[in-house]
Amino acid sequence: MLGLSKKDFGFLLFVTFLTLATPILVQPFPEGSALAQFNAGYPDLMQRFAIYGIFAIGFNLLFGLTGYLSFGHAAFLGVGSYSVVWMYKLLGYNVLPGLILAIVVSGLFGLVIGYISLRRSGIYFSILTLAFAQMSYNLAYSVFTPITNGETGQQVYASDPQILMGPNSPTSPHLFGLLMIDSVKVSVGGWVFTFNIGYYFTAIIAILAFYLSMRIFCSPFGLMLRAIKTNRTRLNYAGINTKPYMLAVFVISGMYAGLAGGLLVAMDPLAGAERMQWTASGEVVLMTILGGAGTLMGPVLGAGFIKYFENIFSKINETVLHQWFSWMPHQVNDALTAILKPFVGEGWHLTLGLLFVLVVVFLPGGIMEGIRRIANLIRLTGKPREGAEATETQAAE
Amino acid sequence: MGAAGCTNSCAEPGCGAGTLDTIILQILNGLDKGSAYALIALGLTLIFGTLGVVNFAHGALFMIGAFCAVTVQRLLNLSFVQIDPTRKDFLGNPLKVQVPYVDSWFGHDVGAVLISWSVPLAILLAIPVMFAIGVAMERGLIKHFYKRSHAEQILVTFGLAIVLQEIVKYFFGANPIHTAAPGTFSGSIDFGALIGLAPNVIIYPYWRMVYFLFSVVILGGVFAFLQFTTFGMVVRAGMNDRETVGLLGINIDRRFTIMFGIAAMVAGMAGVMYAPILAPSFHMGMDFLVLSFVVVVVGGMGSLPGAVLAGFVLGILQSFASMNQVKTVIPGIDQVVIYLVAIIILLTRPRGLMGRAGVMEE
Amino acid sequence: MSKLILTRRGLLKAGVAGGAVLAAPMHFIRGAHAAEYLNQPMGSTVKFGFNVPQTGPYAAEGKDELLAQQLAVEHLNGEGDGGMINTFSSKHLKGNGVLGKKVEFVSGDTQTKSDAARASARSMIEKDGVVMINGGSSSGVAIAVQGLCQEAGIIFMAGLTHSNDTTGKDKKANGFRHFFDAYMSGAALGPVLAKAYGKDRRFYMLTSDYTWGWTQAASMEKFLKAEGWQLVKDVRTPVGAGDFSSYITPVAGSGADVLILNHYGGDMINSLSQSVQFGLRDKMANGKNFEIVVPLYSELMAEGAGDNIKGVYGSMNWNWQLDNPATKAFVKSFGEKYGHPPSNSAQTCYAQVLLYADACERAGTFNPCGVVAALEDNTGSLDGINSPANKGFLFEGLGNGKTLYRSADHQCFKDVLVMKGKEKPTSKYDNLEIVQTTSVGKVWYEPDNDMFSGGDLGKCNSGA
Repeated sequence: MLGLSKKDFGFLLFVTFLTLATPILVQPFPEGSALAQFNAGYPDLMQRFAIYGIFAIGFNLLFGLTGYLSFGHAAFLGVGSYSVVWMYKLLGYNVLPGLILAIVVSGLFGLVIGYISLRRSGIYFSILTLAFAQMSYNLAYSVFTPITNGETGQQVYASDPQILMGPNSPTSPHLFGLLMIDSVKVSVGGWVFTFNIGYYFTAIIAILAFYLSMRIFCSPFGLMLRAIKTNRTRLNYAGINTKPYMLAVFVISGMYAGLAGGLLVAMDPLAGAERMQWTASGEVVLMTILGGAGTLMGPVLGAGFIKYFENIFSKINETVLHQWFSWMPHQVNDALTAILKPFVGEGWHLTLGLLFVLVVVFLPGGIMEGIRRIANLIRLTGKPREGAEATETQAAE
Repeated sequence: MGAAGCTNSCAEPGCGAGTLDTIILQILNGLDKGSAYALIALGLTLIFGTLGVVNFAHGALFMIGAFCAVTVQRLLNLSFVQIDPTRKDFLGNPLKVQVPYVDSWFGHDVGAVLISWSVPLAILLAIPVMFAIGVAMERGLIKHFYKRSHAEQILVTFGLAIVLQEIVKYFFGANPIHTAAPGTFSGSIDFGALIGLAPNVIIYPYWRMVYFLFSVVILGGVFAFLQFTTFGMVVRAGMNDRETVGLLGINIDRRFTIMFGIAAMVAGMAGVMYAPILAPSFHMGMDFLVLSFVVVVVGGMGSLPGAVLAGFVLGILQSFASMNQVKTVIPGIDQVVIYLVAIIILLTRPRGLMGRAGVMEE
Repeated sequence: MSKLILTRRGLLKAGVAGGAVLAAPMHFIRGAHAAEYLNQPMGSTVKFGFNVPQTGPYAAEGKDELLAQQLAVEHLNGEGDGGMINTFSSKHLKGNGVLGKKVEFVSGDTQTKSDAARASARSMIEKDGVVMINGGSSSGVAIAVQGLCQEAGIIFMAGLTHSNDTTGKDKKANGFRHFFDAYMSGAALGPVLAKAYGKDRRFYMLTSDYTWGWTQAASMEKFLKAEGWQLVKDVRTPVGAGDFSSYITPVAGSGADVLILNHYGGDMINSLSQSVQFGLRDKMANGKNFEIVVPLYSELMAEGAGDNIKGVYGSMNWNWQLDNPATKAFVKSFGEKYGHPPSNSAQTCYAQVLLYADACERAGTFNPCGVVAALEDNTGSLDGINSPANKGFLFEGLGNGKTLYRSADHQCFKDVLVMKGKEKPTSKYDNLEIVQTTSVGKVWYEPDNDMFSGGDLGKCNSGA
C-alpha cells in the first residue's frame, strides 16, 4: 500500500504512531516529581527532535546509502533558514512560501556544491565539502551581511515590507492562521502533556520525509546507490555512469537539510550564522552514526538521543547529583558526585564523544545494531521466528 | 611625516609606509601563520603517509601542546599566601600576597626569570608528554582502524578529538588562558632597520620571528631525521611499500608507532610555542584542523615537502588577501581565499602541488 | 501476510482502556487560560532565568554576572547582608522574596551566540517556567533574546549590552536596559579625548563585526568628528578572531595616529596585547605619540590585558572604586562572598534583578504588563534636562547616583564614567582609575535621535 510492502507499511504506521504520540511518550514522569527534570515534553525540544530527525534522514540518504561522508550539510541548513526569514520579511509570517523557497534554494545550492565536490571521492570529497561549508560560513558571517546580518542573526523588523500581512494577520509564524506557538496543555492525574501545533506541523513533515526515504531505500534508485557504495569501479567498468545518481542523492540530501533549516526558523524566527559552521555538520554525522547509518530508523533515533542529551542531560549539575545520592552516606555521596561530575552537566559533550568513539569501535551499526543484537539474544533464548531471518536477508533482494 | 594630504590609501610618499613596507609586513605575517600550518600539516602527512590513517584528532594534539605551556606556567606560578600587614586589599583587610614557591626557593629574581620563561621550558615537558600521548593513541585506538575505510577513521578520530577537547575544557575551563612570552622576547624588533630600509616603519613582534625560526629548526630536524638516519630510511621505505619492508623482516609496525609519536610531538611543540601568540583555548584545535587539512590536500597527501610548502604558501596568501588594498577590490577575499585555492587545486590537480602521481587520484 | 483479527476480547480490552483514559480527571489549559499570564507562579516560589555566556569570547563576564545574580537572589530571599537593598531608594523589598514568594533561579549558557542563546531562553520559558530572563554579555544575543521574550510574553532585563540598537532600532516593550549604550560612551569620551590628545588627530578603527561594533563605531565617529578628528579607516573584524595580526599590520602605515579598538572581552585582550606587541604604543606618527583607545572595557578585560592597559582611555557603566554608600555596600557584600570586587557587568545584572523585583512589588503582580507599567512610572525626571521625554522611573542607591528609567525607550540614564588605565596599580584590582564622571545631561539624547530611530516599543505582551 502506498508503494510499500506490507511489512514496511506496518513499520510506517508504527513510526507514525510513535511520532504523533511523542508528547505523551517523552513525558513519563509526573509534574513535580523528583524525576520530572527528565521530561522532554516541552515544545522547543520536541520540535528539535522532529527537525533534526529530518536533517539526519537526509544525511543518511547520502552517507548511509553511498558511503560518501559530507561535512558540508550545515551550509544547506543555513541557506534554508535564511530563505524562510527573508520570506517573513518580504511577505509575511506564513511559513509556507518560506519553506518552499528553502527547499528550492538549497536544492540549487546542492546542485552547485555537489557538481563540484562529486568530481572527487573518498577523503577528497569530504574535504571539499568541508571547505565549501567553511567558505559559506565565512561569507555569511562577514561578506554577505546585508543578507545574513552576520553575527547578530537575521530577524524580522518593524520596518520590513511584509506585503502580504494585513492588520489582523498573526505576528508570529503560522500556517494559514494556525499559530506555531499555540499549545494545548492537557493535565491527566499528575501528568501534564503539551500538544503543540508547531510540533505537529514538523512531525507531519517528518513523517512524510521518512516515508520518502523509505521509498528511496526500497527503489531501484536506492539499489543503485548501494551498488555505488559497494564498488564504484566495477559499476563504471560495467558501463554505468554513476555521476547522475550521486548528484541526485546529494541534491535530495541537501534539500532535506534545507527543509530542516527552514523549519528551525518556522518555529523560531531568527537565523544566526553559527548554524552554518562545519561543527554543525559534525553534529548530524554524530547523530547518524550513533543511530545507525544506512538504516531507516537509526538517524531519527540518533537525532533524538543527541538532542535529549543536549537539553536534558546538560542540566544535571552538581546540586542535582547530590540530591540523587542524598540517601547514601555523606562520603559515598561526595565520592560518587565527584566521579560523575565531569560527565554530566556542562561535560555532557565528553560523554557524547566517548559514546561516539565506543560506538564506532565496537558497534559500527549504531543504536539500531545494538537493538538488533539484543533482540537476537532474546530470540535465542525464546522461540526462533522467521521474521528475524527475513529482516537479515532483506538487504540482498 | 606631513599629515596634510594623506587620504585612505597610502601610496603617497611620506605618509608613513609605502606599499613595499606593507608587503614585507604581510610576508612576515604569512610566514608566521604558515609556520603553524606547516608544522601541523607535516604531522598529518607523516601519519597519512606511514599509516594510511586520516587523523582528525591532530588539531587536538596541537591544542594539548599549547596547554602543556599553560600547565608549566601554572606549575611555576603555584604560590602560597602570605599576609602583608602593611598593605590593604579592596575591602580594607590586610592584603594577602601570593608568593610563588619558586620565588621562596630560589629567590625572587631567579623565580621571576623562571616564570617568565615558562613557555620555552614547557618544551621540555611537551616532548615526552606528547610522544607518550601519540604512542598511546596509536596503540590504543588507531591501530584497529588500519584496515577500515577512511570514513571510519575520520569518524573515530573526530570522536577522539571531541573527547580530548572536553577533557581539557574540564580541567582548564572554557576561557582562553593568557600565556605570556618570555620577557626578553615580548617586545618587537625594528625589522626595517635590520634589512636596511627606513627605521621605525616595519615593526614586528619578536616572539613571532622566534616562532618562525623555531619551526624552521623543527622542520629541518624532521627532514634530517628521515633523510640521514637508518630509522628514517626504513620509514621512508615503509611509506613507499609497507608490505615489502615487512617481508624483509623489519618490524615496521613498531617504527610506525614511533613515527606517530614523533608526529604528535611535532604538533605539540608547534602548540607550545604558539601559546603566547594565540591564547590557548579548548577549541583551538578544531579551528586549526580544517585549515590544516586544506593545506595537506593542496600540498599533496603523502608528500612531506608538499605539506610544508603548501603551509607557507597558503599562510602568505591569506596574509596578502587581508591587505586593505586587496580587500577594496574583492571584499571578503581574506575569509575565503584558502578554501577557493583548495577547491581549485582539488579539481584541477588532485594530487596536490607535490603529490606523487597516482596516489589517491580517484 | 497478516490479517487484522478483531476478536470480541480484543475489542472489549481496547474499549475499557479508552474509557479509563477518558474518565480520568483532566482539564484543558489552552495557552494560558487558567493563568492570567504566561508562567504565572502558582505555588510558593517564583523562578528567574539567568541566561549568561559560559563559553565563548565573553565567558569571563558571564561568570561574574552569574555570581552577582546568585547574590541578588540571596538578598531578595533575606539571606546575607542585604547588599544594595539597604541603600536602594525604593523601599518595597523586604527580604521575604518577591510578593511573598521565594525566589529560585535556573541558569543557561548562551555561548555568546544568538542561536544557542535563544534555544536556552526557550527552554527556560517552556520547561522551567521562568517569569523573567536576565543576563548576557553580547548585544547580538541580547537583541535576539529580547525579541524572543517579547514574542513569548515574559520580561527581559538586559545584562551587559552596549549597542544602540538594544533600546533603539530593536527596542521592545518587554525589554529593559540598565547598562549604558555606545552613544553615551561616545558623548562622554569625545571631549575627554580631545582635551588629552588634541584636536588635530587622525583615527583608525578596528570594529567587531556585529551590531554592537557597528553602533559603537558610528557613535565614536560622530563624536570624534565633532571634535575635529579625521577618520582614516574603519575595518571590521570577526568576533572571536583570536589573531588580529593581519588587521593590525596595516595600521602602522595608514597615516593614523590613534587606534580605536571597538572590541570586547577576549577579543579586546588579544587585539590590545597584539597592538602593543606590534609596537604601536611606542610609535610616533604625524609628529605625535601614537595612542590606543578602547571605548568600552571592564575590570576583567583590564586584568586580562595586564600592563597593556596602562594609559588607555575607556568608559564604563560603573566601577567598584566609586565613592558612594551603595557601591561600598555592594563591594563589601560581593567581595566578602567571592573574594574579588564585582565588575560592572556584575553590578548591572544585580541592579536589574533588584529593579525587576521592586517593580513587581510596586505593581502587585508578576504580570509583564503590570511590571512594564511600574517601570515606566512616569512620575520621575532628572534635574536639569529640559525635554518632554524626560520622564520615567527615577531611583538611586544602586551604585550610579540618580538614575532615570526612561519610559519612552526603557533605557536607564545616568552619569557615565570615563576611565584610564592606571600607570601604577597598587593591586591587581585597581588597574583602572576614574578620570571623570560625565554628568547625564551631557550624554542625553532624544528618543527619536537618528542613531536610535527605526524601532517601535510596541505593546507589552503578557503571553495570555
